[in-house]
Amino acid sequence: MSGIYVVLEDRSGRIGRISWEALAAANILAAQPGTKPNTIVIGAQTEALAKEAAAKGVAKVIRIEHPLLAQYTSDGFTGALDQFIRAESPDFIVFPHSYQVRDYVPALAARLGRVLVGDVTAISDGPVFTRSLMQGRLSGNYKSAGSGPTFISVQSGAFRADADESSVGAAQIITFTPTIDAAQIRTKPSEPFRGAAQTVDLGSAQLIVAVGRGIKEADNLPLVQDLATALGAEIAASRPICDNGWLPIERQVGSSGQTVAPKLYLAVGISGAIQHLVGMKGAQCIVAINKDAEAPIFEVADYGIVGDLFEVVPALTEAVKAARQ
Amino acid sequence: MKIIVAIKQVPERDAQVRIDGSGKWIQEADIQFAMNESDAYALEEALQLKEKHGGEVVVLSAGPERAGTTIREALAKGADRAIQVEVDDLNQRDALGAAQLLAAAVKQESPDLILTGLQSDDLGYGQTGVIMAELLGLPHASLILHVEKTDTGLTVKRELEEGWFQNIDLPLPAVLMIQSGGNKLRYATLMGIKKAKTKELRKVAAADLGHANAPAAVLEKITLPQKQKSTQIIPGSAKEAAATLVEKLKFEVRVI
Ligand SMILES: Cc1cc2nc3c(=O)[nH]c(=O)nc-3n(C[C@H](O)[C@H](O)[C@H](O)COP(=O)(O)OP(=O)(O)OC[C@H]3O[C@@H](n4cnc5c(N)ncnc54)[C@H](O)[C@@H]3O)c2cc1C
Repeated sequence: MSGIYVVLEDRSGRIGRISWEALAAANILAAQPGTKPNTIVIGAQTEALAKEAAAKGVAKVIRIEHPLLAQYTSDGFTGALDQFIRAESPDFIVFPHSYQVRDYVPALAARLGRVLVGDVTAISDGPVFTRSLMQGRLSGNYKSAGSGPTFISVQSGAFRADADESSVGAAQIITFTPTIDAAQIRTKPSEPFRGAAQTVDLGSAQLIVAVGRGIKEADNLPLVQDLATALGAEIAASRPICDNGWLPIERQVGSSGQTVAPKLYLAVGISGAIQHLVGMKGAQCIVAINKDAEAPIFEVADYGIVGDLFEVVPALTEAVKAARQ
Repeated sequence: MKIIVAIKQVPERDAQVRIDGSGKWIQEADIQFAMNESDAYALEEALQLKEKHGGEVVVLSAGPERAGTTIREALAKGADRAIQVEVDDLNQRDALGAAQLLAAAVKQESPDLILTGLQSDDLGYGQTGVIMAELLGLPHASLILHVEKTDTGLTVKRELEEGWFQNIDLPLPAVLMIQSGGNKLRYATLMGIKKAKTKELRKVAAADLGHANAPAAVLEKITLPQKQKSTQIIPGSAKEAAATLVEKLKFEVRVI
């Protein structure tokens, strides 16, 4: 048994929230053997990240350091972690389910003849890992098989990051130096950039009416726009609406769009895929209008109307207008 | 450029999915199947690259007999020929098992570029392209919205979280996983549908592609998701429900 390792992700010089959620998941895994998880930070200068991790009540912090790891590349990260895993033979390696993890961990696992159980939402005895299937309409329970490490990645928002365990004291910090040759890194990433200039700030909107593919055509959008106007709300959308160019991308809510936390989020014809939910779950009150009673959006909604939006939305606009008079 | 596009047939988005008797998959009898959404974007990107640079677009799909209809749809949109890996237990294979089949099937093709969708709408592993790249020893990039051919290879636009993007240069041959929204999808024309019937569809049995590895992850059981919140469903006609909701928004949520 050589334990559980959590790979923490650098977000502009600090460890991001979803990495702490991954640590929370690792703590659940660790509770059975009664051990503490270890953490891993990767980069070219990981001292500050390691210090941040060491204060979290973990057993050890491993700094995987190399000048060629300054910037994330799949080749660099896969190679470095592969060497560490072969040296250390961990039982479990836990990752946050970030875009970065999606980009390299499947390759890392495959290099070791293993597979990533991705986007895990719950862990129960066994261990059994639960993840969504069919865009959140069903759940699947997975078990690891064969020998070798088990790789899991943890869905954003599924595990509550422990408030603060800084009282537990500082963990031991160890440095691991992988052998990497510049020629092994085949991709050349450039500096990240923002898309279109952000002219609407959905993040501070108090009321949001969001529209999804249930609206069917761009020509039907005024229906929801009228409701938003009646409520004095900002209009937002799920990804397909922006993909189609029906609304600008700056109005997209979700993992690749904006994160919002309004008093009211009214979701019209939105199924509630996880990538959408992560952007709006923080709303104080969620109302969903959907014709499918089993749409996953109803799992997070406070109020739901099961019905055809083409009937419900105009009726709602009228009722709001009447109430406002 | 010789481009291979991996395409999966998945249950249609609005299909009512029910767990089957085994508890390990869904009842397939009365549901419609369609081309996986991000795979349709991968196909579109491939067709546009071919239009600009010439070459060939080859569709690759693993699945049971019925997947043939989705393959024909891709051919009708303009792909040149197709390879189908015939496999009936794809749902029980893990992401590595599925990618192994696809990688084995394209090995002799030696393509310049392999495109896959980002994630399937059914099992949602989101790993096929990345694992294929690893198995074939090729560089890769995922979450790609735009592909530009350069003198030395490709420059691709990759989506990052929260509205950020990044350009990446990589040499060919390579594997890209395509995200939705980068292009506008085309429809198949009548002419295309006619032509598709005459295009080559080569079938390969999964068993002929080498031994299947024992799975590293096993889907043991499918269940209904656990509710996180207790949603108050507002009953009545559209008008009644709207009136009740406005009352709630006024007096309970206090936003009107
Ligand atoms: C890496 C990645 C990043 C992503 N990022 C984002 C993101 O930032 N934001 C985002 O939103 N998505 C994102 N997605 C896409 C996401 O997975 C879903 O595909 C998307 O959110 C679905 O949008 P939707 O709910 O509008 O459409 P659908 O899933 O098609 O749902 C439409 C809903 O409308 C209902 N409906 C249909 N007709 C009616 C009617 N007449 N009346 C009432 N209801 C009706 C249907 O029952 C259904 O529930 C991302 C995906 C990936 C893989």
